[in-house]
Amino acid sequence: MPTVSMTVNGKQVSADVSSNTLLVTFIRENLKLTGTHVGCDTSQCGACVVHVNGNSAKSCTMLAVQAEGAEITTIEGLAKGNDLHPMQKSFQENHGLQCGFCTTGMIMSAVDLVNKSDKLDDASIREGLEGNICRCTGYQNIVKSIQAAAKEMEA
Amino acid sequence: MTTETGIGASVRRKEDKRFIIGKGRYLDDITKPGQTYGYFIRSPYAHAKINSIDTSEALKAPGIVDILTGPDMEADGIGPIICGWGITSKDGTPHKAPAHPALAVSHVKYVGHQVALVVAETLQQARDAAELVEIDYEELPHVIEVGDALASDAPQIHDDIPGNLSFDWEIGDRAAAEQAIASAHHVTRMDLRNNRLIPNAMEPRAALGEYDAGTDEITLYTTSQNPHVHRLVLSAFNAVAPEHKLRVIAPDVGGGFGSKIFIYSEETVCAWATKKLDRPIKWTADRSESFLSDAHGRDHETHAEMAFDADGKILGFKVSTKANVGCYLSTFASAVPTYLYGTLLNGQYTMPAIYCEVQAGFTNTAPVDAYRGAGRPEATYVVERMIEIGAREMGIDPGEIRKRNFIPPDAYPYETPVIMAYDSGNYALAMDKAQAAIDYSGFEARKAESAQRGKLRGIGYSAFIEACGIAPSAAVGSLGAGVGLWESAQVRFNPTGSVTVFTGSHSHGQGHETTFAQIVSDQLGVPIDQVEISHGDTGKVPFGMGTYGSRSLAVGGSAIMKAIDKVVEKSKKIAAHTLEASVEDIEHSGGVFSVAGTDKKMTMAEIAFSAYVPHNYPADVEPGMDETAFYDPLNFTFPAGTHIAEVEIDPETGTTEILDWVAVDDFGNVINPMIVEGQVHGGLAQGIGQALLENCVYDKESGQLLTGSYMDYCMPRADDLPTFRVETINTPCTTNPLGVKGCGEAGAISAPAALMNAITNALGKEIDMPATPEKVWRAAQGL
Repeated sequence: MPTVSMTVNGKQVSADVSSNTLLVTFIRENLKLTGTHVGCDTSQCGACVVHVNGNSAKSCTMLAVQAEGAEITTIEGLAKGNDLHPMQKSFQENHGLQCGFCTTGMIMSAVDLVNKSDKLDDASIREGLEGNICRCTGYQNIVKSIQAAAKEMEA
Repeated sequence: MTTETGIGASVRRKEDKRFIIGKGRYLDDITKPGQTYGYFIRSPYAHAKINSIDTSEALKAPGIVDILTGPDMEADGIGPIICGWGITSKDGTPHKAPAHPALAVSHVKYVGHQVALVVAETLQQARDAAELVEIDYEELPHVIEVGDALASDAPQIHDDIPGNLSFDWEIGDRAAAEQAIASAHHVTRMDLRNNRLIPNAMEPRAALGEYDAGTDEITLYTTSQNPHVHRLVLSAFNAVAPEHKLRVIAPDVGGGFGSKIFIYSEETVCAWATKKLDRPIKWTADRSESFLSDAHGRDHETHAEMAFDADGKILGFKVSTKANVGCYLSTFASAVPTYLYGTLLNGQYTMPAIYCEVQAGFTNTAPVDAYRGAGRPEATYVVERMIEIGAREMGIDPGEIRKRNFIPPDAYPYETPVIMAYDSGNYALAMDKAQAAIDYSGFEARKAESAQRGKLRGIGYSAFIEACGIAPSAAVGSLGAGVGLWESAQVRFNPTGSVTVFTGSHSHGQGHETTFAQIVSDQLGVPIDQVEISHGDTGKVPFGMGTYGSRSLAVGGSAIMKAIDKVVEKSKKIAAHTLEASVEDIEHSGGVFSVAGTDKKMTMAEIAFSAYVPHNYPADVEPGMDETAFYDPLNFTFPAGTHIAEVEIDPETGTTEILDWVAVDDFGNVINPMIVEGQVHGGLAQGIGQALLENCVYDKESGQLLTGSYMDYCMPRADDLPTFRVETINTPCTTNPLGVKGCGEAGAISAPAALMNAITNALGKEIDMPATPEKVWRAAQGL
C-alpha cells in the first residue's frame, strides 16, 4: 500500500492507503472528517467538494494518492476557530440550507466561486453552481447567501 | 414576550450551526466499534426465477463475515415487508398484496431487487466477495407500464394475483357524474400522464444495526422520517425484535420527501443480521442503489372528463386512473392513488358531481409510494389541467373560469362530494393577489413583444388545494389505515428553567428545531436559546408518528401546544400557592404568572425551580415540571393557493425559460415566514423538475432502469430555476390550536399544472410532462 502525505486543514497527515482509495474516502474514513459527504457515484452532486491547493475539487473524483503533497481544506477547516467564514454565516443568515447534506460542498464551491470571480450576478452564480445539486432549497436562498457573502468577502 | 423569537418571526435556524461547520451527524458519519459493512446483491433482471445461489467461493474471500439470503431470513421467522393501508375494491374485496420477503426467496421482480447481503470487514471486501457469489437466474417475461400490466395478455408477475391488479377502487357518485356529462353544454375530455419520478433526497438511504448481547437489545440507526413507525412495524410484523428490545434512531437525515417514510428491505435485513452475526453492520446506498430501490413516485395514466354549463360552471367530473404501484405494495402505496388522490379532485371549486375510479397495477419496477405531495400533485394536475383546457375550449379566460367556480369564502365548512370537509379558505383573494403580482392584464402586451423576437410566451395557472395535517385517526382508520395519525410532545423543564421538548415529529430539513422552539419560547417566555428540540430516537421521545404529509406543525406543533397547556395549568397551581392567591386569580401571559389586580407575580423559571425544589409547595400537586400530550387532529387541514407561471419558449431550440413565478399560498397562521418561504421554494423546484426535467424511464424491452444516475435522470440545477415570488395569505385553520395548515408540499403539488398550463398556452397544443426541449420543439414545429 502506498503512503500518502498531505496537509489537511493546516495539519500534516500521512497514511498507508490502497492505490484505489478515493480522496473523499481518505478524508471521511481515515481522517474522520465527516463534513465532506458522498451524494452520488458520478461526480454530479458536489456534496464532496473540498479545496485542493486553493481550487475546489470533487473529492470523489480524485484518488487519495493524487493529493500527495497537496494543501487540502475541508468544511471543517473553513472557519478560523470559532470565527465562521462569511460564506458559512451567510448561509445561516439567508436560510441557504434545509437538510444540510449538500451544504458543506455547496459552501466550499461557493467560496471558490466568489474567490475566482470579479463580478457575480444572479445568472453567473446559478451557472457557477452547475456542479452542485440541492434537492431542498430550490437554490433561491443559496444564490442569495452567495451574493451576500460575496459582498462581505470583498469588503 | 420578545417578538424577535416568537410566533411569526423569521428566526434564523438553530440547527444550522452544525451543518455549516461540517458537524452534522448523518448516518454514514456514524461508525461503531467492530463495525462490519453490508453490501446488497441485487437482481440484474426485471423478472426471474432464482434457481440457485452459490456462496461457496465468496465465503472464502478475504475479510468475509457472512452472506445472508432470503431463506436464512425465513428460517429465522422474519416476516415479510408489509403495506399498512387496506383498500377495498368496488366489489367489496380487499386489495391484493403479494408476499414481499425482505430478501428474495424464489423470484426477483424488478431490477435492483434485494437478493443477498454480503457482510465483510470493509466495504471493498464486501463488494469484492459479492462478485464471487454465483446466482443462477431463469429469466421470465416482464411488464413495465401499468397500462400494459393491466391488459389481458400481460405477463403474470405474482402467481396469486390474477391480471396484476391490486385493487379497483372508486369514490364519488358515478351515475350523477355521468348524468352531468351527458347533459352538459360542454365536455372537456383528456388523457393525462403523470410521469414517474425518483425522489432523490441528497443523503442516500442507509442503515446501521448494532446488537448488544448483554441486554439483548438491537439499535437500528436508519434514515427514517418516522422512527417509531419503523420500530413498530419491524417488531410487530417483521418480528426482528420485541418492541421494547428495539431502539430506532434517525439521526440527522438529509432530506426525505416521502422516500424515507417506508420500511424497506435493507434496514429490516440490517436489524436482523446484526443480532445473527453479533456485529454492527452498516449499509449505505450508493446513488445507483437509491435510483433502483428507493420507492418511486407518481406514475398515473388518467382519462378525465369535465362537464361545464354555458357559463363555464363545472357540472360534473369523471376520472379514470391507472396507477403503477411497482412490483410490491410499499408501506403506504395503496393510500396514495386513492384517499390522497380521489378525495382532492374537487379542487377549490363547487362541483355538484364527482366520480373517480382507480385501478392499481403491479409491474416489474421498483415499488411506488408517497413522494412529496403524494396523490395530491396527481389530483391537482388533473383538476387544474382540465379546467384550463375547458376554459380554452370554451373561450373563457382561465382566471375567470376559476373565479366563477371557486367555493365562496362564506361557504365553510364546505363538504365536497368526495368526503372532504374544507374548514376555511379564500381562494379568490389568493388569485387576485397572484394576478396583481404578475400583472396579468399586461400579459398580452408581453406576449406580443416576445412574438416580435420570434419567441412564444405563455402564462398558466394552478389553483391548488391539498389535504394536510394528516390526519384524524378515526377518519383514516375508517378508510383503511393500519395506524393512528396523532402526534406526541413532551415539554420537560429543567430545574434551572431551560426546556427540552421531545417530539414525535422528525425534522430532515424542515427546521423543527427552530419552529417548535419558537412556539415554546413564545408561549412560556423561555429564551429561545434555552429551548432544545429532541427528535428521532425511540429511546428518548414518546411514541410518535413522524413527519410526512405536511403534518409536523399542524399535528406535532399542536401536540406541543397541548403539553404547554398542561404546563400552564400546573404552573398556575404552584403560583397560586406561592403567592397565596386562589388558582382562579392567577393570570398567565408569556411565562409570567400574576395575581389579577396586584403586582404579585412569578416567572416560569421560578415556578420550574419550585417544582423541582418543592420546599414551599402545594400539597396536592406533584413535583417536577414535565408534561406530555398526545394530539389527534379533528380534521385534515386544507392549504390552498394560486400559482401563476409565465414562460417563454424558443421554437427553434425547444427550450423553455421560466420568466416569472408568483405563488400566493394560504397556509393559515405562519410561525416562521423565512422557513415557510424556503419550503415553498423547495417544493416548487421539485414540481418544476417534474414538469420540465425529471422522468423515470425503464426500458420496456429489457426492464432495465435507463435513468439510473444523475447523468441520465435530470435533476433541477440552479440555472434551471427562476427567482420565485412567494406571498402568503392567512386564513387560520379552524381545527387546530395553532391555526396552521402546512406548507411543505404546496410547491410540488401546484407547480406541474401551472407550468404545463403556461407551456401549452404558449405552444397552442397539448404535450405531456416532462416538457423536454425535444418535445417542446416538436410541438412548436408542428411535428
